[in-house]
Amino acid sequence: MKDLEVVAANGLLHRRAFLSGGAALAAAFTGYRLSDTLAAQGLADEPWSRKQGMLVQEYGTPSPYEKHVVRTLSNPKGDTRTQHGRTPHHLLHGTITPNALHFVISHSGNPDIDPAQHRLVIHGLVRRPLVFTLDTLARYPMVSRMAFVECGGNSGLLFSSEPLQGSIQAIHGLVSCSEWTGVLLSTLLEETGIDPRAKWVIAEGADSLALSRSVPIAKALDDAMVALYQNGERIMPGNGYPMRLLLPGWEGNMNVKYLRRLKLVDQPGMSYYEARTYTAILPGGKAYQFYFLQEVKSFITHPSPGLRLSGPGFYEISGIAYSGNGRIAKVMVSADAGRTWAQAALQEPVLPKAFTRFRIPWRWEGGPVVLQSRAWDEGGNAQPTRAELVARRGQTPKPVTNPLAFPGTHFNGPSSWAVDSSGEVRHVYA
Amino acid sequence: MSTRETVQRRDDARVRRCLVALVVLAAGSVMLAQGQVGTPAAPNLGKPVSEAEIAAWDISILPDGTGLPPGSGTPEQGAKIFVAKCALCHGPEAKGGVAAALIGGRPLTDGIDTPKTIANFWPYATTLFDFTRRAMPWQAPRTLTDDEVYALTAYILSLNKIIGPADAMNAQTLPKVRMPNRDGFIPRFPERIP
Ligand code: HEC
Repeated sequence: MKDLEVVAANGLLHRRAFLSGGAALAAAFTGYRLSDTLAAQGLADEPWSRKQGMLVQEYGTPSPYEKHVVRTLSNPKGDTRTQHGRTPHHLLHGTITPNALHFVISHSGNPDIDPAQHRLVIHGLVRRPLVFTLDTLARYPMVSRMAFVECGGNSGLLFSSEPLQGSIQAIHGLVSCSEWTGVLLSTLLEETGIDPRAKWVIAEGADSLALSRSVPIAKALDDAMVALYQNGERIMPGNGYPMRLLLPGWEGNMNVKYLRRLKLVDQPGMSYYEARTYTAILPGGKAYQFYFLQEVKSFITHPSPGLRLSGPGFYEISGIAYSGNGRIAKVMVSADAGRTWAQAALQEPVLPKAFTRFRIPWRWEGGPVVLQSRAWDEGGNAQPTRAELVARRGQTPKPVTNPLAFPGTHFNGPSSWAVDSSGEVRHVYA
Repeated sequence: MSTRETVQRRDDARVRRCLVALVVLAAGSVMLAQGQVGTPAAPNLGKPVSEAEIAAWDISILPDGTGLPPGSGTPEQGAKIFVAKCALCHGPEAKGGVAAALIGGRPLTDGIDTPKTIANFWPYATTLFDFTRRAMPWQAPRTLTDDEVYALTAYILSLNKIIGPADAMNAQTLPKVRMPNRDGFIPRFPERIP
């Protein structure tokens, strides 16, 4: 038998190791032969296979065995503060987040909007203000595109001076990816016309806080969309039903949900969320404002904290990479805390400003290892190392202990997962 | 060509197309009636609406004061309204309760996770008016009169000693208030700021 090529320390194999005759090789090198287990037990024709099955549902729900695949909620009783629901990345695969598991941040609860009464107004520095109903928008030429939406505060726990223990859901659960369908904002702005003095568009929602954010006109005309559908169905209430602004690759909060008003103006509104909440205090005391971009990032989802390895042998390491700047160009994976690296395979199609699934085969010898990934995008932007990021952005003076805290925004450094010899996966800094 | 240049060129092209649409519109209502405005991709199903009809929705206040309504209020008037409508969550004298304190704040050099407050962080006083008017009180937003919002804004600014105890806030005075952290901000990508 030909030996599989180990390309980096602690058992990382070549990303194409399995493209030719892989299954036999996998069985061989783990020392695990199918005949051992199957012969001992025999295969039963189980009772569920010998009777009529369950009723077809009008609106399907996952198998009862998947009950644990849910969002984690920060404020399940709806107390007077923001509610968060986080995506369980360690229990999902591929690149599309199921709608019911898309992350949600709701500053005052999801409004119960009657779609027939909902209106979208575009006004301000335009030639003629216009109002649209959902029905009229549905008659416009539409586009579909994959796009991730990420909260500016996602991964913020990694600004803690000590690694906080929590599942990947607690750490990176505020990013999700969907296929969005709707009308390009540029199509609607062609109809209103733009006064040359317009530099910004203030977007506002129909939620109780009338959440509003200012968007540069260049982004509004580039790839901004008034999204009506999410993965083929109407947008979920938590994600902006019946319509939201989609700004591919830009800070989640700017993708205003329940969109009801777009006002073209000559200066940014300095709204609460842009002047205060989604800013980033820097070590010297100044703060970044108008960060806009969700920069290139990646993290390993399998394995990750919240999962456990069931014994030495073969595993596929896999994770998610994305960049608000465009396509992912390359993902490197390390199993020895960043000393040696191997290139991961990228699942096609690799789309701009969308999740890219990366994978690499791995043979775990059973000893302690530290797994890490780093991504590069097509613009040549690299996911910074933790040391580089902390040098620029700082870290908290004291370790963060509350897993629901947001000690900072726009963290895009790497995540390191330490696997101990029992197979447990913990969050570490490396 | 860098990605940014590509993006910039595409933007320019779109802006030009929209400006062309504008010129076409200016050419007359005949074309409008025939539905020929813009490109063939624009179906012209948007219903024209006047700024007067939008007025009830148009609650954006800009940092230079654009959008501020008529009305006025003093810190003393605001103190009374605060007890009745705000203290429940923000605590007596705005010292904090289930919702954040609206007074005080540590220096931002204390750490990147220093709680952001009106006094140590907010760059513009207009944001306080805008947010209070659109979002507060949390359980009954957009129920305050403009005079009440001016008074509450004056009260909170004066509690933080940003204005004097007798200073009235109105459309003229509010935009002139200089917040302590006004110059504390850096755009992350200056080339993306219009
Ligand atoms: C029912 C509770 C409640 C009441 C009553 C209430 N607020 Fe609030 N307030 C909140 C919550 C919750 C937030 C945080 C909103 C967020 O972050 O999305 C908030 C935020 C604020 C903020 C921003 C504070 C900061 O520094 O971030 C201001 C200013 C404010 N409220 C003013 C008022 C005023 C003025 C009143 C009285 C008219 C009022 N609030 C009444 C719950 C309340």
